[in-house]
Amino acid sequence: MHLKFNRLTSASAFLALLIALPIFALLFTATTETGQSFEHIRDTVLADYIINTVLLMTLVGIIVTLIGVPLAWLIACCEFTGKHLFNWALVLPLAMPGYLIAYTYTDLLDYAGPLQTFLRNTFGWSSPDDYWFFEIRSLGGAAAMLSLVLFPYVYLMAKANFLNQNASLTLAARTLGYSPLKSFFSVSLPIAKNAIVAAISLVLMETIADFATVYYFAVNTLTTAVYDTWLGYYDLASAAKISMLMIVGVFALIILEHKTNKRGKDSNSAKMSVQPLSYKLTGRQNVFAFLFCSLIFVLGFAVPALTLLSYAIDYYQDVWSMDVIMYAWNSTYIAIAVAVISLLISLVINVSLRENKSLANKSWFNLANMGYAVPGTVLAIAVIIPFSGLDHWLNSTAESFDLEAPGLILSGTVVAIIFTHIVRFAAVANNNIKTNFQQLNKSYDWAAKSLGAKPNRLFRQVHWPLLKRSALVAGLLIFVESMKELPAALLLRPFDFETLPTYVFQFASDEQLEQAALGAILIVIVGLIPLIFINRSIEQKQN
Amino acid sequence: MKRIFLVALTLFTSLTTTSAFSAETVNIYSFRQPFLIEPILEQFTAETGIKTKVVFSKKGLIERLKREGKYSPADVVLTSNFNKLLQLKGEGLTQEIKSEQIDKNVPSQFRDEAGHWVALTKRARSLYVSKSSTLNTSTISYEDLSGEALSGKVCTRSGKHPYNLGLIASMIAHHGEAETETWLKGVKANLARKPQGNDRGQVKAIKEGLCEVSLGNSYYYGKMLTDENQKPWADAVNLVFPNQDNRGTHINVSGAVLTKYAPNKANAETLIAYLVGKSAQEQYASVNMEYPVNPSVKPSEMVLSWGEFKEDNISLTEVAKYREQALQLVDKVKFDL
Repeated sequence: MHLKFNRLTSASAFLALLIALPIFALLFTATTETGQSFEHIRDTVLADYIINTVLLMTLVGIIVTLIGVPLAWLIACCEFTGKHLFNWALVLPLAMPGYLIAYTYTDLLDYAGPLQTFLRNTFGWSSPDDYWFFEIRSLGGAAAMLSLVLFPYVYLMAKANFLNQNASLTLAARTLGYSPLKSFFSVSLPIAKNAIVAAISLVLMETIADFATVYYFAVNTLTTAVYDTWLGYYDLASAAKISMLMIVGVFALIILEHKTNKRGKDSNSAKMSVQPLSYKLTGRQNVFAFLFCSLIFVLGFAVPALTLLSYAIDYYQDVWSMDVIMYAWNSTYIAIAVAVISLLISLVINVSLRENKSLANKSWFNLANMGYAVPGTVLAIAVIIPFSGLDHWLNSTAESFDLEAPGLILSGTVVAIIFTHIVRFAAVANNNIKTNFQQLNKSYDWAAKSLGAKPNRLFRQVHWPLLKRSALVAGLLIFVESMKELPAALLLRPFDFETLPTYVFQFASDEQLEQAALGAILIVIVGLIPLIFINRSIEQKQN
Repeated sequence: MKRIFLVALTLFTSLTTTSAFSAETVNIYSFRQPFLIEPILEQFTAETGIKTKVVFSKKGLIERLKREGKYSPADVVLTSNFNKLLQLKGEGLTQEIKSEQIDKNVPSQFRDEAGHWVALTKRARSLYVSKSSTLNTSTISYEDLSGEALSGKVCTRSGKHPYNLGLIASMIAHHGEAETETWLKGVKANLARKPQGNDRGQVKAIKEGLCEVSLGNSYYYGKMLTDENQKPWADAVNLVFPNQDNRGTHINVSGAVLTKYAPNKANAETLIAYLVGKSAQEQYASVNMEYPVNPSVKPSEMVLSWGEFKEDNISLTEVAKYREQALQLVDKVKFDL
């Protein structure tokens, strides 16, 4: 890291603008081209879509908090049976794409699935009129599916925070007669609030951008509206307008997060002993903790993974070929490139923000986060707009030099896929690093500077060693996300190029999940490896 | 300056591109899943020596083609419904396909007048009716789907799916918008559940007793009958061709266009001509259970066993005019909500 800090703001600005380029292209389309269908959608279904979106986000927000925070606290602050197993097992659902968990649960829970069949056989029911069973393909079902695979964000970020908290604060509260529960609510939780809010806002951005899951469950949200206007009404301008509506929603989230952050500023500055807090759970508490962790692990990972595994084994001979390994490699190198580049960009933007909390720097930071909320397919198109423009310019320049036109070297290539993923997931790195950066007291910087350290050295010798782990975690999270991401690869890929998600999709989109299971299992497995690292690295952080 | 540009370009190009220009290649953007067309493309390569390269996506390929403009590597676009064919032509992304073979093999109502698109296969938008149903299936019509007899008994996928939009557009073409709106409202009121899933999923729902009648393309019947897991669903229903007493059953087509800037134009024309030729049409018929557009090729044994039926002969171009109105109606009556 050799960065000149006086050039930092311009570097930050350049990178943020680069990341935001597709969004601007979309905005430009939204405002310059006239779309007829926006009015029609607004007058008919838009209100329903907005209500559904808000409901879905609210439900997901509540569920991930109710799952993620207690789990994080149990693992970070308690001793109970199975804790060491759950500690890493609870991260695994993150490797499961939302659409896959939706497919598997629909197979298991719908009328012809094993559970309802079992119930009918046991109780002698013979038709749907004989009993009530919840409808998995519903808004509640979609919220449950998304929550089951997204709660690990809250779990991970809250756990890291709980582990980093100064135990002496809680111990003081306990000495003053607070019950463990009360000291949790009045000490631990307020300190962890920033991290939790940051995690929830990531989850909500994922939720607002989800298309595959809600589409499969026939829940119409704003993403549906975007797809309808663009692919149904052939009206990209109106689709862009609705996307802008979603980005406004994301800005509201960012502002909300910013407000909570402000109030909780420097709340953990008294950092002396780092003796971890540990309650030993016994009896009923122990059983409850064990059951709660088991339930979430089984629902979020074991059930869908085993279902996919059994399909993969049954259909192994139909689908196995060396090509699948090739697809896995394609996915992997794209994900690695995305993780590394996003991380570098995010470090520049964050360091610049820390150096100077000017409005400009804050704007660059927020600008670089917007891509996370845009549905993948829309973002892919947003990327095509500037990329094909650049391609056309390159070709005409080449022709003006009497060279052979090189064809399309940006759009429809792996470069376009990687770039789209970076735009989409830069927010993951930004938020992760920012949260951790904020925990580093500014006094480090002042001390180093008063001892004559140049900004460059400050970063290398003070910030980076302390940030290393959270940067690694952020990088690995992006890797996992990129492994799962479908739309950009689907739409922007070169000829005869498959990633694991595109391979899975061609079967899954035809409800032939069995044929897709092998590829699906590979997505999960490749994603698992970094997740275990992430978890271990959070563990070590406390030592 | 020129040299710098050239070096940079060469470096970058070597990193990213696989050349679209190759003597014996044809590049395809496909809305149809690879496993549906792969056997036919393999056969094509074996017979002609022309390699095929495919990008498959269900969404966004037209936008991609449009933005790529004259540098697009794509030669051929394969679609799974006629609306996309007309959209491609309408957006100026196609050119005339000149082939005597195509003119000879494809009846004129299944080709564009100006030769900008060709249908490859036909499918009927049929009804799947529970075997335990007491409905008179020989006289049943699309119009009956909104009748009181079917209250709470109808299942379908999203009203916005191209197959349903095609049907609704044909209703507008025959009955006008107002009457179609009333009909669509009636169908919505008769739905057993919110529109969801795909055509096969509706047949599964009939098997489960959730509904009695569903809308679905004809070839899915054959697909289900030959799939071990899905055979029980198909066994629970009869495939019915509606409106046999009047205009006939609504027909949709899959098809192909030649892109405006096709870099491998000759190969692309060879491919499209091949796709309407005897051997490809036979494969479409036997593997996909679709109706060949080439009248000299018979449907497969299984498809023939479903019986002959009267097709709605209205021109696809006429139906396509009402596509947007159809979509607006679906939103207006909140069909999917």
